[in-house]
Amino acid sequence: MAVNSETDQPAPHDETRHTFLKQSSLLTALALVPAPVVSAAAAELDETVAAAFEKVPLKLEVNGTKHKLQVEPRTTLLDLLREQLHLTGTKKGCDYGQCGACTVHVDGQRVNSCLSFAVMHEGRKITTIEGLADGDKLHPMQEAFVKHDGFQCGYCTPGQIMSAVACVREGHADSEAEIREYMSGNICRCGAYPNIVAAIQEVKGGGQKV
Amino acid sequence: MNQFQYVRATKPQGAIDVVAKDPNAKFIAGGTNLVDLMKRGVMTPQKLVDINRLPFNKIEHQGNTLHIGALALNSTVADDPQVQAAQPLLAKALNAGASAQLRNMATVGGNMLQRTRCSYFYDTTMPCNKREPGTGCGALEGINRMHAIFGFSDKCIAVHPSDMSVALVALDATVLVSGPQGDRRIPMAELHRLPGDTPEKDTNLAPGELITAVGLPDAPFTKHVSYYKVRERASYAFALVSAAAALDLDGTTIKSARLALGGVAHKPWRVQAAEQALVGQPATEASFRRAAEVAMQGAKAFKYNAYKLRLAPNTIVQALRTAAAA
Repeated sequence: MAVNSETDQPAPHDETRHTFLKQSSLLTALALVPAPVVSAAAAELDETVAAAFEKVPLKLEVNGTKHKLQVEPRTTLLDLLREQLHLTGTKKGCDYGQCGACTVHVDGQRVNSCLSFAVMHEGRKITTIEGLADGDKLHPMQEAFVKHDGFQCGYCTPGQIMSAVACVREGHADSEAEIREYMSGNICRCGAYPNIVAAIQEVKGGGQKV
Repeated sequence: MNQFQYVRATKPQGAIDVVAKDPNAKFIAGGTNLVDLMKRGVMTPQKLVDINRLPFNKIEHQGNTLHIGALALNSTVADDPQVQAAQPLLAKALNAGASAQLRNMATVGGNMLQRTRCSYFYDTTMPCNKREPGTGCGALEGINRMHAIFGFSDKCIAVHPSDMSVALVALDATVLVSGPQGDRRIPMAELHRLPGDTPEKDTNLAPGELITAVGLPDAPFTKHVSYYKVRERASYAFALVSAAAALDLDGTTIKSARLALGGVAHKPWRVQAAEQALVGQPATEASFRRAAEVAMQGAKAFKYNAYKLRLAPNTIVQALRTAAAA
Protein backbone atom coordinates (compact mmCIF):
# COMPACT_ATOMS: atom_id res chain seq x y z
CA MET A 1 0.00 0.00 0.00
CA ALA A 2 1.45 3.32 -1.06
CA VAL A 3 1.76 6.08 1.45
CA ASN A 4 -0.28 8.95 0.18
CA SER A 5 1.22 12.14 1.48
CA GLU A 6 -0.68 14.59 -0.74
CA THR A 7 -4.30 13.77 0.01
CA ASP A 8 -6.54 15.47 2.56
CA GLN A 9 -6.36 12.41 4.68
CA PRO A 10 -2.78 11.43 5.09
CA ALA A 11 -2.09 8.10 6.62
CA PRO A 12 -1.79 8.29 10.40
CA HIS A 13 1.71 8.96 11.56
CA ASP A 14 2.08 5.52 13.05
CA GLU A 15 0.96 3.88 9.87
CA THR A 16 3.48 5.88 7.82
CA ARG A 17 6.25 4.97 10.16
CA HIS A 18 5.14 1.36 10.23
CA THR A 19 5.07 1.15 6.45
CA PHE A 20 8.45 2.79 6.20
CA LEU A 21 9.94 0.34 8.67
CA LYS A 22 8.32 -2.52 6.85
CA GLN A 23 9.71 -1.40 3.51
CA SER A 24 13.15 -0.60 4.80
CA SER A 25 13.49 -3.84 6.69
CA LEU A 26 12.33 -5.73 3.64
CA LEU A 27 15.02 -4.02 1.59
CA THR A 28 17.59 -4.77 4.24
CA ALA A 29 16.43 -8.35 4.34
CA LEU A 30 16.74 -8.68 0.59
CA ALA A 31 20.23 -7.24 0.72
CA LEU A 32 21.11 -9.76 3.39
CA VAL A 33 19.67 -12.74 1.62
CA PRO A 34 22.75 -14.79 0.92
CA ALA A 35 23.49 -16.96 -2.05
CA PRO A 36 22.20 -20.21 -0.52
CA VAL A 37 18.66 -18.81 -0.49
CA VAL A 38 18.82 -18.22 -4.21
CA SER A 39 20.09 -21.72 -4.84
CA ALA A 40 17.97 -23.38 -2.16
CA ALA A 41 16.57 -25.99 -4.51
CA ALA A 42 19.98 -26.77 -5.95
CA ALA A 43 21.42 -27.19 -2.45
CA GLU A 44 18.63 -29.65 -1.63
CA LEU A 45 17.10 -27.46 1.02
CA ASP A 46 13.46 -27.18 1.85
CA GLU A 47 11.75 -24.20 0.30
CA THR A 48 11.16 -22.98 3.84
CA VAL A 49 13.98 -20.52 3.66
CA ALA A 50 13.28 -17.21 5.28
CA ALA A 51 15.28 -14.06 5.50
CA ALA A 52 15.90 -12.95 9.04
CA PHE A 53 13.14 -10.36 9.03
CA GLU A 54 10.52 -12.42 7.26
CA LYS A 55 7.80 -14.50 8.79
CA VAL A 56 7.76 -18.16 7.94
CA PRO A 57 4.61 -20.11 7.13
CA LEU A 58 3.89 -22.78 9.72
CA LYS A 59 1.24 -25.46 9.84
CA LEU A 60 0.63 -27.32 13.06
CA GLU A 61 -2.19 -28.79 15.09
CA VAL A 62 -2.86 -27.60 18.61
CA ASN A 63 -5.34 -29.49 20.81
CA GLY A 64 -6.97 -30.96 17.71
CA THR A 65 -7.30 -27.66 15.83
CA LYS A 66 -5.26 -27.19 12.68
CA HIS A 67 -3.52 -23.83 12.35
CA LYS A 68 -1.93 -22.10 9.36
CA LEU A 69 0.30 -19.43 10.83
CA GLN A 70 3.03 -16.97 10.02
CA VAL A 71 5.81 -16.83 12.60
CA GLU A 72 9.16 -15.17 13.01
CA PRO A 73 11.88 -17.84 13.13
CA ARG A 74 12.94 -16.73 16.62
CA THR A 75 9.46 -17.26 18.11
CA THR A 76 9.58 -20.10 20.59
CA LEU A 77 6.81 -22.68 20.70
CA LEU A 78 5.90 -21.27 24.14
CA ASP A 79 5.52 -17.71 22.85
CA LEU A 80 3.54 -18.93 19.85
CA LEU A 81 1.08 -20.72 22.12
CA ARG A 82 0.72 -17.86 24.57
CA GLU A 83 1.04 -14.73 22.44
CA GLN A 84 -0.32 -15.78 19.05
CA LEU A 85 -2.81 -18.53 19.89
CA HIS A 86 -3.70 -17.04 23.31
CA LEU A 87 -3.41 -20.40 25.02
CA THR A 88 -2.08 -18.98 28.25
CA GLY A 89 -2.48 -22.17 30.29
CA THR A 90 1.09 -23.07 29.42
CA LYS A 91 3.25 -20.95 31.72
CA LYS A 92 6.51 -19.10 31.23
CA GLY A 93 8.53 -19.69 34.36
CA CYS A 94 12.29 -19.42 33.84
CA ASP A 95 12.20 -19.39 30.00
CA TYR A 96 15.54 -21.27 30.02
CA GLY A 97 14.48 -24.90 30.34
CA GLN A 98 15.17 -25.11 34.04
CA CYS A 99 11.70 -25.17 35.63
CA GLY A 100 9.31 -27.18 33.44
CA ALA A 101 6.36 -24.75 33.73
CA CYS A 102 6.20 -24.63 29.91
CA THR A 103 5.85 -28.40 29.46
CA VAL A 104 3.59 -29.44 26.55
CA HIS A 105 3.29 -32.60 24.47
CA VAL A 106 4.59 -32.67 20.90
CA ASP A 107 3.37 -35.76 19.06
CA GLY A 108 2.67 -37.21 22.50
CA GLN A 109 6.12 -36.53 23.97
CA ARG A 110 6.61 -34.04 26.80
CA VAL A 111 9.01 -31.20 25.96
CA ASN A 112 9.99 -27.75 27.26
CA SER A 113 8.20 -25.43 24.85
CA CYS A 114 10.48 -22.51 25.83
CA LEU A 115 13.56 -24.20 24.38
CA SER A 116 12.47 -24.82 20.84
CA PHE A 117 11.56 -22.59 17.96
CA ALA A 118 7.99 -22.92 16.72
CA VAL A 119 9.14 -23.28 13.10
CA MET A 120 10.86 -26.53 14.02
CA HIS A 121 7.44 -28.09 14.71
CA GLU A 122 6.00 -27.95 11.19
CA GLY A 123 3.29 -30.62 10.88
CA ARG A 124 3.46 -31.66 14.54
CA LYS A 125 0.55 -32.18 16.92
CA ILE A 126 0.79 -30.12 20.08
CA THR A 127 -1.24 -30.76 23.24
CA THR A 128 -1.39 -28.14 25.98
CA ILE A 129 -3.12 -28.15 29.35
CA GLU A 130 -6.21 -26.70 27.58
CA GLY A 131 -6.41 -29.82 25.44
CA LEU A 132 -6.34 -32.35 28.25
CA ALA A 133 -9.91 -32.24 29.55
CA ASP A 134 -12.77 -33.82 27.62
CA GLY A 135 -15.13 -30.85 27.45
CA ASP A 136 -16.21 -30.17 31.03
CA LYS A 137 -14.91 -33.51 32.22
CA LEU A 138 -11.48 -33.13 33.77
CA HIS A 139 -8.67 -35.46 32.82
CA PRO A 140 -8.04 -38.04 35.58
CA MET A 141 -4.70 -36.38 36.36
CA GLN A 142 -6.39 -33.00 36.77
CA GLU A 143 -8.94 -34.58 39.12
CA ALA A 144 -6.19 -36.26 41.12
CA PHE A 145 -4.27 -32.97 41.49
CA VAL A 146 -7.45 -31.33 42.83
CA LYS A 147 -8.19 -34.23 45.18
CA HIS A 148 -4.63 -34.40 46.58
CA ASP A 149 -3.95 -30.65 46.72
CA GLY A 150 -1.14 -31.04 44.20
CA PHE A 151 -0.52 -27.30 44.15
CA GLN A 152 -0.52 -24.14 46.19
CA CYS A 153 0.08 -21.06 44.03
CA GLY A 154 -0.68 -23.08 40.89
CA TYR A 155 1.85 -21.52 38.56
CA CYS A 156 3.79 -24.72 37.91
CA THR A 157 0.61 -26.85 37.81
CA PRO A 158 -0.08 -26.94 34.05
CA GLY A 159 3.51 -28.09 33.46
CA GLN A 160 3.33 -30.55 36.36
CA ILE A 161 0.12 -32.09 35.01
CA MET A 162 1.40 -32.35 31.42
CA SER A 163 4.58 -33.93 32.73
CA ALA A 164 2.67 -36.24 35.08
CA VAL A 165 0.43 -37.54 32.28
CA ALA A 166 3.54 -38.27 30.19
CA CYS A 167 5.27 -39.87 33.16
CA VAL A 168 2.44 -42.40 33.54
CA ARG A 169 2.17 -42.99 29.77
CA GLU A 170 5.92 -43.60 29.51
CA GLY A 171 5.74 -46.23 32.25
CA HIS A 172 7.93 -44.25 34.62
CA ALA A 173 5.50 -44.09 37.55
CA ASP A 174 6.00 -47.47 39.16
CA SER A 175 7.31 -46.26 42.50
CA GLU A 176 7.61 -43.05 44.48
CA ALA A 177 11.35 -42.94 43.75
CA GLU A 178 10.78 -43.40 40.03
CA ILE A 179 8.07 -40.73 39.96
CA ARG A 180 10.34 -38.26 41.79
CA GLU A 181 13.20 -38.96 39.36
CA TYR A 182 11.06 -38.68 36.23
CA MET A 183 9.23 -35.58 37.51
CA SER A 184 12.48 -33.79 38.43
CA GLY A 185 12.20 -31.51 35.40
CA ASN A 186 9.23 -29.74 37.01
CA ILE A 187 10.11 -27.43 39.86
CA CYS A 188 7.46 -26.41 42.42
CA ARG A 189 8.41 -23.34 44.42
CA CYS A 190 5.65 -23.99 46.95
CA GLY A 191 6.93 -27.49 47.62
CA ALA A 192 3.78 -29.45 46.78
CA TYR A 193 5.87 -32.44 45.78
CA PRO A 194 4.45 -35.03 48.22
CA ASN A 195 0.92 -34.26 47.01
CA ILE A 196 1.97 -34.28 43.36
CA VAL A 197 3.53 -37.72 43.86
CA ALA A 198 0.34 -38.90 45.61
CA ALA A 199 -1.80 -37.67 42.71
CA ILE A 200 0.37 -39.48 40.16
CA GLN A 201 0.38 -42.67 42.23
CA GLU A 202 -3.41 -42.62 42.42
CA VAL A 203 -3.80 -42.21 38.67
CA LYS A 204 -1.20 -44.90 38.01
CA GLY A 205 -2.78 -47.24 40.56
CA GLY A 206 -6.30 -46.59 39.25
CA GLY A 207 -5.33 -48.14 35.94
CA GLN A 208 -7.45 -45.63 34.02
CA LYS A 209 -6.47 -44.72 30.49
CA VAL A 210 -4.51 -41.51 30.59
CA MET B 1 17.29 -12.61 20.88
CA ASN B 2 18.99 -11.70 17.63
CA GLN B 3 17.10 -12.26 14.42
CA PHE B 4 18.29 -15.05 12.18
CA GLN B 5 17.55 -16.77 8.94
CA TYR B 6 15.93 -20.19 9.23
CA VAL B 7 16.63 -22.99 6.78
CA ARG B 8 15.10 -26.46 6.97
CA ALA B 9 17.42 -29.06 5.49
CA THR B 10 16.03 -32.06 3.63
CA LYS B 11 19.36 -33.56 2.51
CA PRO B 12 22.60 -33.75 4.53
CA GLN B 13 24.77 -32.26 1.79
CA GLY B 14 22.68 -29.12 1.54
CA ALA B 15 22.94 -28.54 5.28
CA ILE B 16 26.69 -29.15 5.27
CA ASP B 17 27.25 -26.79 2.33
CA VAL B 18 25.41 -23.93 4.01
CA VAL B 19 27.23 -24.23 7.34
CA ALA B 20 30.63 -24.87 5.73
CA LYS B 21 30.38 -21.69 3.66
CA ASP B 22 28.99 -19.40 6.33
CA PRO B 23 30.86 -18.95 9.63
CA ASN B 24 27.72 -17.37 11.11
CA ALA B 25 25.56 -20.41 10.37
CA LYS B 26 24.86 -23.20 12.86
CA PHE B 27 23.10 -26.54 12.73
CA ILE B 28 20.16 -26.85 15.09
CA ALA B 29 18.73 -30.17 16.28
CA GLY B 30 17.03 -30.40 19.70
CA GLY B 31 17.98 -26.82 20.45
CA THR B 32 18.01 -27.36 24.21
CA ASN B 33 21.40 -25.69 24.60
CA LEU B 34 21.58 -23.45 21.54
CA VAL B 35 18.20 -21.76 22.13
CA ASP B 36 19.20 -21.15 25.75
CA LEU B 37 22.51 -19.59 24.67
CA MET B 38 20.81 -17.46 22.02
CA LYS B 39 18.30 -16.11 24.55
CA ARG B 40 21.20 -14.99 26.71
CA GLY B 41 23.15 -13.50 23.80
CA VAL B 42 26.05 -15.91 24.33
CA MET B 43 25.67 -17.26 20.81
CA THR B 44 24.28 -15.11 18.01
CA PRO B 45 24.14 -17.18 14.81
CA GLN B 46 22.80 -15.33 11.79
CA LYS B 47 21.46 -18.49 10.23
CA LEU B 48 20.13 -21.74 11.64
CA VAL B 49 20.02 -24.90 9.57
CA ASP B 50 17.37 -27.20 11.03
CA ILE B 51 18.63 -30.77 10.60
CA ASN B 52 15.78 -32.50 12.43
CA ARG B 53 14.27 -33.94 9.24
CA LEU B 54 17.51 -35.64 8.14
CA PRO B 55 17.47 -39.47 8.27
CA PHE B 56 19.90 -39.95 11.17
CA ASN B 57 17.76 -41.42 13.94
CA LYS B 58 18.14 -45.19 13.54
CA ILE B 59 19.56 -47.46 16.20
CA GLU B 60 20.82 -50.72 14.72
CA HIS B 61 23.43 -53.40 15.15
CA GLN B 62 25.79 -53.68 12.18
CA GLY B 63 28.34 -56.47 12.55
CA ASN B 64 30.05 -55.97 15.90
CA THR B 65 28.97 -52.37 16.27
CA LEU B 66 25.88 -50.73 17.66
CA HIS B 67 25.17 -47.72 15.43
CA ILE B 68 23.17 -44.90 16.95
CA GLY B 69 22.02 -42.12 14.64
CA ALA B 70 23.07 -38.62 15.69
CA LEU B 71 19.45 -37.45 15.71
CA ALA B 72 18.20 -40.25 17.95
CA LEU B 73 16.71 -38.61 21.03
CA ASN B 74 18.42 -39.11 24.37
CA SER B 75 15.21 -40.66 25.77
CA THR B 76 14.86 -43.01 22.78
CA VAL B 77 18.44 -44.22 23.16
CA ALA B 78 18.12 -44.67 26.93
CA ASP B 79 14.93 -46.74 26.52
CA ASP B 80 16.13 -48.78 23.52
CA PRO B 81 16.26 -52.53 24.28
CA GLN B 82 19.40 -53.02 22.13
CA VAL B 83 21.19 -50.24 24.00
CA GLN B 84 20.07 -51.54 27.38
CA ALA B 85 21.23 -55.08 26.51
CA ALA B 86 24.53 -54.30 24.77
CA GLN B 87 25.57 -50.97 26.30
CA PRO B 88 23.75 -50.47 29.62
CA LEU B 89 26.38 -47.93 30.78
CA LEU B 90 25.25 -45.58 28.01
CA ALA B 91 21.61 -45.88 29.07
CA LYS B 92 22.53 -45.14 32.68
CA ALA B 93 24.58 -42.09 31.77
CA LEU B 94 21.78 -40.73 29.58
CA ASN B 95 19.20 -41.14 32.33
CA ALA B 96 21.51 -39.32 34.76
CA GLY B 97 21.44 -36.23 32.54
CA ALA B 98 18.92 -33.38 32.33
CA SER B 99 15.18 -34.04 32.78
CA ALA B 100 12.65 -36.29 31.04
CA GLN B 101 11.47 -33.33 28.93
CA LEU B 102 14.97 -32.34 27.85
CA ARG B 103 15.89 -35.94 27.04
CA ASN B 104 12.84 -35.99 24.73
CA MET B 105 14.34 -33.06 22.81
CA ALA B 106 18.12 -33.48 23.02
CA THR B 107 19.80 -35.58 20.35
CA VAL B 108 22.94 -37.73 20.56
CA GLY B 109 24.93 -35.33 18.35
CA GLY B 110 23.68 -32.26 20.17
CA ASN B 111 24.43 -33.74 23.58
CA MET B 112 28.08 -34.19 22.56
CA LEU B 113 28.28 -30.65 21.23
CA GLN B 114 26.65 -28.86 24.16
CA ARG B 115 28.72 -26.00 25.53
CA THR B 116 30.18 -25.65 29.00
CA ARG B 117 27.92 -24.38 31.79
CA CYS B 118 30.76 -22.25 33.23
CA SER B 119 28.96 -19.22 34.65
CA TYR B 120 31.58 -16.86 33.18
CA PHE B 121 30.89 -18.28 29.71
CA TYR B 122 27.16 -17.70 30.25
CA ASP B 123 27.48 -14.16 31.66
CA THR B 124 28.16 -11.79 28.76
CA THR B 125 29.30 -9.03 31.15
CA MET B 126 32.22 -11.20 32.30
CA PRO B 127 35.51 -11.97 30.59
CA CYS B 128 35.65 -15.39 28.92
CA ASN B 129 38.21 -16.64 26.41
CA LYS B 130 35.81 -19.30 25.20
CA ARG B 131 33.01 -16.86 24.42
CA GLU B 132 35.22 -13.95 23.40
CA PRO B 133 38.86 -14.95 22.77
CA GLY B 134 41.39 -12.58 24.32
CA THR B 135 39.16 -11.22 27.09
CA GLY B 136 40.66 -13.46 29.78
CA CYS B 137 39.28 -16.18 32.01
CA GLY B 138 36.95 -14.93 34.73
CA ALA B 139 36.93 -18.29 36.49
CA LEU B 140 40.70 -18.55 36.95
CA GLU B 141 40.67 -16.13 39.91
CA GLY B 142 36.89 -16.14 40.33
CA ILE B 143 34.24 -18.45 41.74
CA ASN B 144 35.67 -21.66 40.32
CA ARG B 145 33.97 -24.30 42.41
CA MET B 146 32.47 -26.09 39.37
CA HIS B 147 35.72 -26.08 37.43
CA ALA B 148 38.41 -28.40 36.10
CA ILE B 149 41.07 -30.28 38.03
CA PHE B 150 42.63 -31.91 34.95
CA GLY B 151 43.82 -30.69 31.55
CA PHE B 152 43.05 -26.99 31.97
CA SER B 153 45.13 -24.07 30.71
CA ASP B 154 45.60 -20.52 31.95
CA LYS B 155 43.15 -19.51 29.21
CA CYS B 156 40.25 -21.71 30.33
CA ILE B 157 39.36 -23.95 33.27
CA ALA B 158 35.81 -24.85 32.20
CA VAL B 159 34.46 -28.42 32.20
CA HIS B 160 32.42 -30.32 29.63
CA PRO B 161 28.92 -30.89 31.02
CA SER B 162 27.74 -34.02 29.14
CA ASP B 163 27.07 -37.27 31.01
CA MET B 164 26.45 -39.27 27.84
CA SER B 165 29.88 -38.36 26.47
CA VAL B 166 31.59 -39.73 29.58
CA ALA B 167 30.01 -43.13 28.93
CA LEU B 168 30.81 -42.95 25.21
CA VAL B 169 34.49 -42.26 25.83
CA ALA B 170 34.64 -45.14 28.33
CA LEU B 171 33.01 -47.44 25.77
CA ASP B 172 35.53 -46.64 22.99
CA ALA B 173 32.87 -45.11 20.76
CA THR B 174 33.58 -43.77 17.29
CA VAL B 175 31.93 -40.61 15.99
CA LEU B 176 30.84 -40.67 12.33
CA VAL B 177 31.04 -37.32 10.64
CA SER B 178 30.09 -35.94 7.20
CA GLY B 179 31.65 -32.74 6.00
CA PRO B 180 32.62 -30.67 2.99
CA GLN B 181 35.64 -32.97 2.50
CA GLY B 182 33.55 -36.14 2.75
CA ASP B 183 33.03 -38.63 5.57
CA ARG B 184 35.41 -39.48 8.39
CA ARG B 185 35.46 -41.31 11.69
CA ILE B 186 36.75 -39.75 14.89
CA PRO B 187 37.51 -41.76 18.03
CA MET B 188 35.24 -40.35 20.77
CA ALA B 189 38.31 -39.61 22.90
CA GLU B 190 39.51 -37.24 20.16
CA LEU B 191 36.23 -35.45 19.44
CA HIS B 192 36.58 -33.03 22.33
CA ARG B 193 39.82 -31.19 22.98
CA LEU B 194 41.65 -29.54 25.82
CA PRO B 195 41.47 -25.74 25.91
CA GLY B 196 45.15 -24.87 25.42
CA ASP B 197 45.43 -21.43 23.83
CA THR B 198 42.19 -21.79 21.85
CA PRO B 199 39.39 -22.53 24.32
CA GLU B 200 36.84 -21.16 21.83
CA LYS B 201 37.18 -24.52 20.09
CA ASP B 202 35.36 -27.24 22.05
CA THR B 203 35.96 -30.00 19.51
CA ASN B 204 38.16 -31.07 16.61
CA LEU B 205 35.30 -30.82 14.10
CA ALA B 206 36.00 -28.71 11.02
CA PRO B 207 33.55 -25.99 9.91
CA GLY B 208 30.47 -27.59 8.37
CA GLU B 209 31.21 -31.06 9.69
CA LEU B 210 28.01 -32.77 10.82
CA ILE B 211 27.90 -35.70 13.25
CA THR B 212 25.73 -38.39 11.62
CA ALA B 213 26.09 -41.30 14.05
CA VAL B 214 28.06 -42.83 16.86
CA GLY B 215 29.30 -46.41 16.78
CA LEU B 216 29.85 -48.53 19.88
CA PRO B 217 31.89 -51.71 19.50
CA ASP B 218 30.47 -54.79 21.22
CA ALA B 219 32.18 -55.25 24.57
CA PRO B 220 31.86 -57.52 27.59
CA PHE B 221 30.56 -54.62 29.70
CA THR B 222 26.94 -55.72 29.75
CA LYS B 223 26.42 -56.32 33.47
CA HIS B 224 28.95 -54.76 35.84
CA VAL B 225 28.50 -51.11 34.97
CA SER B 226 27.77 -47.95 36.92
CA TYR B 227 27.36 -44.28 36.16
CA TYR B 228 27.77 -42.58 39.50
CA LYS B 229 26.99 -38.87 39.45
CA VAL B 230 27.44 -36.51 42.39
CA ARG B 231 25.46 -33.28 42.15
CA GLU B 232 23.93 -30.67 44.40
CA ARG B 233 20.43 -32.13 44.29
CA ALA B 234 19.22 -35.68 43.74
CA SER B 235 18.24 -35.15 40.11
CA TYR B 236 18.28 -32.62 37.27
CA ALA B 237 21.61 -30.90 37.94
CA PHE B 238 25.01 -30.93 36.27
CA ALA B 239 27.69 -33.12 37.78
CA LEU B 240 30.16 -31.87 40.34
CA VAL B 241 31.99 -35.10 39.57
CA SER B 242 30.73 -38.21 37.81
CA ALA B 243 32.34 -41.56 37.09
CA ALA B 244 31.49 -44.13 34.41
CA ALA B 245 32.79 -47.54 35.43
CA ALA B 246 32.59 -50.86 33.61
CA LEU B 247 34.10 -54.13 34.73
CA ASP B 248 34.50 -57.53 33.08
CA LEU B 249 34.76 -59.98 35.95
CA ASP B 250 35.95 -63.57 36.04
CA GLY B 251 34.57 -64.61 39.40
CA THR B 252 35.94 -61.86 41.59
CA THR B 253 38.96 -61.11 39.39
CA ILE B 254 38.89 -58.10 37.10
CA LYS B 255 39.63 -59.20 33.51
CA SER B 256 39.27 -55.72 32.06
CA ALA B 257 37.96 -52.34 33.15
CA ARG B 258 36.85 -48.99 31.80
CA LEU B 259 36.83 -45.78 33.77
CA ALA B 260 36.04 -42.21 32.73
CA LEU B 261 35.19 -39.07 34.67
CA GLY B 262 32.84 -36.15 34.09
CA GLY B 263 32.90 -32.68 35.63
CA VAL B 264 36.69 -32.63 35.94
CA ALA B 265 38.03 -31.46 32.57
CA HIS B 266 37.33 -29.65 29.29
CA LYS B 267 36.55 -33.07 27.81
CA PRO B 268 35.22 -36.38 29.10
CA TRP B 269 38.22 -37.67 31.05
CA ARG B 270 39.17 -41.30 30.44
CA VAL B 271 41.72 -42.67 32.90
CA GLN B 272 43.39 -45.61 31.17
CA ALA B 273 46.23 -45.87 33.72
CA ALA B 274 43.61 -46.56 36.39
CA GLU B 275 41.93 -49.14 34.12
CA GLN B 276 45.28 -50.91 33.73
CA ALA B 277 45.80 -50.82 37.48
CA LEU B 278 42.57 -52.80 37.91
CA VAL B 279 43.36 -55.60 35.45
CA GLY B 280 44.14 -58.89 37.17
CA GLN B 281 43.21 -57.50 40.57
CA PRO B 282 40.42 -58.73 42.84
CA ALA B 283 37.26 -56.60 42.77
CA THR B 284 37.80 -55.26 46.26
CA GLU B 285 37.75 -51.93 48.02
CA ALA B 286 41.57 -51.91 48.15
CA SER B 287 41.85 -52.37 44.36
CA PHE B 288 39.28 -49.64 43.73
CA ARG B 289 41.03 -47.24 46.11
CA ARG B 290 44.38 -47.92 44.41
CA ALA B 291 42.82 -47.28 40.97
CA ALA B 292 41.34 -44.02 42.24
CA GLU B 293 44.79 -42.91 43.44
CA VAL B 294 46.22 -43.66 40.00
CA ALA B 295 43.37 -41.78 38.33
CA MET B 296 43.98 -38.70 40.46
CA GLN B 297 47.65 -38.32 39.60
CA GLY B 298 48.25 -34.88 38.17
CA ALA B 299 45.04 -33.36 39.53
CA LYS B 300 45.29 -29.73 40.62
CA ALA B 301 42.63 -27.60 42.26
CA PHE B 302 41.80 -23.90 42.28
CA LYS B 303 40.64 -21.77 45.18
CA TYR B 304 37.06 -23.05 45.38
CA ASN B 305 37.17 -26.56 43.88
CA ALA B 306 39.69 -28.30 46.15
CA TYR B 307 36.81 -30.46 47.38
CA LYS B 308 36.97 -32.25 44.01
CA LEU B 309 40.37 -33.68 44.96
CA ARG B 310 38.57 -35.75 47.61
CA LEU B 311 35.21 -36.06 45.89
CA ALA B 312 36.61 -37.46 42.62
CA PRO B 313 38.47 -40.46 44.09
CA ASN B 314 35.52 -41.24 46.36
CA THR B 315 33.20 -41.08 43.34
CA ILE B 316 35.49 -43.46 41.44
CA VAL B 317 35.50 -45.95 44.31
CA GLN B 318 31.73 -45.73 44.65
CA ALA B 319 31.24 -46.24 40.90
CA LEU B 320 33.54 -49.28 40.86
CA ARG B 321 31.88 -50.71 43.98
CA THR B 322 28.42 -50.25 42.43
CA ALA B 323 29.58 -51.75 39.13
CA ALA B 324 31.08 -54.81 40.81
CA ALA B 325 27.88 -55.40 42.79
CA ALA B 326 25.59 -54.97 39.75
